[in-house]
Amino acid sequence: MKKLLQKDEFDALLSTSSGVQFLGPVRLKGRGRFSDTDLIKYGQIKSFTDIVWDSKTYLSAKELILPITETLLDFTGTTVVQPPVEDAILVLFLRACDIHAIERLDAIFLNNGPSPDPYYKQKRDRFKLVLMECAVPFDSCFCVAMGTNTVSNFGAAVRCIEDGILIDIRDEWFTSQIAGSGTDTEFELQFPQQNGADVHVPHIKEMQEQLFTHEMWDEYSKRCIACGRCNTSCPTCSCFSVHDISYGHDSNSKIARRQRVWDGCHLDGFTDMAGGAAFRIECGSRMRFKTFHKIYDYRKRYGVNMCVGCGRCDDVCPEYISFANCINKVNDLVNESRSTPDE
Amino acid sequence: MNNAWVPVANRITDIIKETDVEYTFTLESSIRPDHGQFVEVSIPGIGEAPISVSGTGDGWIQLTIRAVGHLTCAISTCKVGEQLFIRGPYGVAFPSALYENATLVVAAGGCAVAPVRTLIRSRLADKKLAANTRLLFGFKNPESVLYKDEIDEWSKLVQTIVTIDKEACSWNGRTGLITSHVADVDIPDLSQTHVVIVGPPVMMKYTSAQFFSRGIKQEQIWLSFERRMACGLGKCGHCKIDNSYVCVDGPVFRYDKALHLID
Repeated sequence: MKKLLQKDEFDALLSTSSGVQFLGPVRLKGRGRFSDTDLIKYGQIKSFTDIVWDSKTYLSAKELILPITETLLDFTGTTVVQPPVEDAILVLFLRACDIHAIERLDAIFLNNGPSPDPYYKQKRDRFKLVLMECAVPFDSCFCVAMGTNTVSNFGAAVRCIEDGILIDIRDEWFTSQIAGSGTDTEFELQFPQQNGADVHVPHIKEMQEQLFTHEMWDEYSKRCIACGRCNTSCPTCSCFSVHDISYGHDSNSKIARRQRVWDGCHLDGFTDMAGGAAFRIECGSRMRFKTFHKIYDYRKRYGVNMCVGCGRCDDVCPEYISFANCINKVNDLVNESRSTPDE
Repeated sequence: MNNAWVPVANRITDIIKETDVEYTFTLESSIRPDHGQFVEVSIPGIGEAPISVSGTGDGWIQLTIRAVGHLTCAISTCKVGEQLFIRGPYGVAFPSALYENATLVVAAGGCAVAPVRTLIRSRLADKKLAANTRLLFGFKNPESVLYKDEIDEWSKLVQTIVTIDKEACSWNGRTGLITSHVADVDIPDLSQTHVVIVGPPVMMKYTSAQFFSRGIKQEQIWLSFERRMACGLGKCGHCKIDNSYVCVDGPVFRYDKALHLID
């Protein structure tokens, strides 16, 4: 079912849907990194004009399902209390790459290990995904190379036009929500076919071991400052640490909160163990670890590359490190060291 | 739904001071970890960490803790009757059934004797298996020897080599790194042997090399990895190496697999 919703019809839907939160890219005036710039991030949509169509968000929709800080448990001294379960449906507006990114997180949080992560699943089960058509990608995007320019698992897809939105509904829930609103129409969703960034991803079953210690990583040891912005901005970086906060007056008090907080493989301390042992001291080896995870070893485990080509890491690096170029460099080295592809 | 993050409060029933910094805690617990598995141990307000299980029995487990970190230092001040919070057990255990018809050599350095102790205890509890077991332990100095009385008992049953890194006046046993004593391990049939090696990465690497020079193959060596595992559930990412997660695919890895795990 395809419909045209005028702006006021769209706004009416937002305000009349009870038990539903609408989330998407919004503009926070003056909150950008530099003076007089805005921050584009995921937030609540209250009207059509809240949705930002022409900019990429600094952080991805990841923060909605894997909050930067998330309470796991509260210890009251006698009991262990789990945080209250919410039930609002979360309608999420996002682009094709970011829908793929949620699937990458699903693989880890729902399917890896002995059981699904209950906190993640509790939110994921309430998500309704709305694809924001993204016919013209941004400068740093390389979704076509990653195969994430197209997507099919969404409940509805929208295109922004002058008067409102065109919506292509694929899911019964959206059909019932929109019943009676808008006018029937026809349009074909468009997906980007070409990106500005020309990226070539190596397709190999086993990475040659000499590439783990190749001199190409030395440059990143000099350049990377381990700020972790690439990790935090990445829609698929999902590592976290667990920390306790004590609410007692002395260290023996058992009244405390246990929470998880985003962590990242580029950050100092990520591998530190009690006693002083640590791995990947050099930033270059951290860059290698991340790069291979994004374009190689995640695929070995889950069957698809982890990187979705959103380009956010390139947008935010204060040292102007290009992950897209890094992938190309690895690809060149892989091709140099073998005569025929093995896949 | 079942929440794997929720720990169980377990009462401490006994504390043994093993060395200046190492303590063995016995806890009431209904879990029965397999040899080489670990649990996530916590004190609310202090934190949580993965600790290998050094003893199991009906209704109890033991944890040997070296007080070197934020949490382990706090645990070391706990008293009998206080509680530790436990969840688990996690990870892949040593394939002890595979070792049953073979000679098993267990080589461990320092506090790495803890994760192999239940394996050794179960081998030595069976007369036939005990006869086919060899033990090789390396410690820094006489003061850091773990489970001293128990090792003495073991040495009466099976070949047990204990070495300390450097000569010391209070020590009249072997000295030198564990690697220099591999040659003395009695291995009757190379092809019918498995070797468990646990310790710091450098120790595992060079001890393995010594067993290779004796004719042991990669497929006969089993290692256990230590990483900073914040969840034990395959989610937090701290222990991922290549496409493996130490917490769910390990911590026990066969050498030929471990060889390709480049941090």
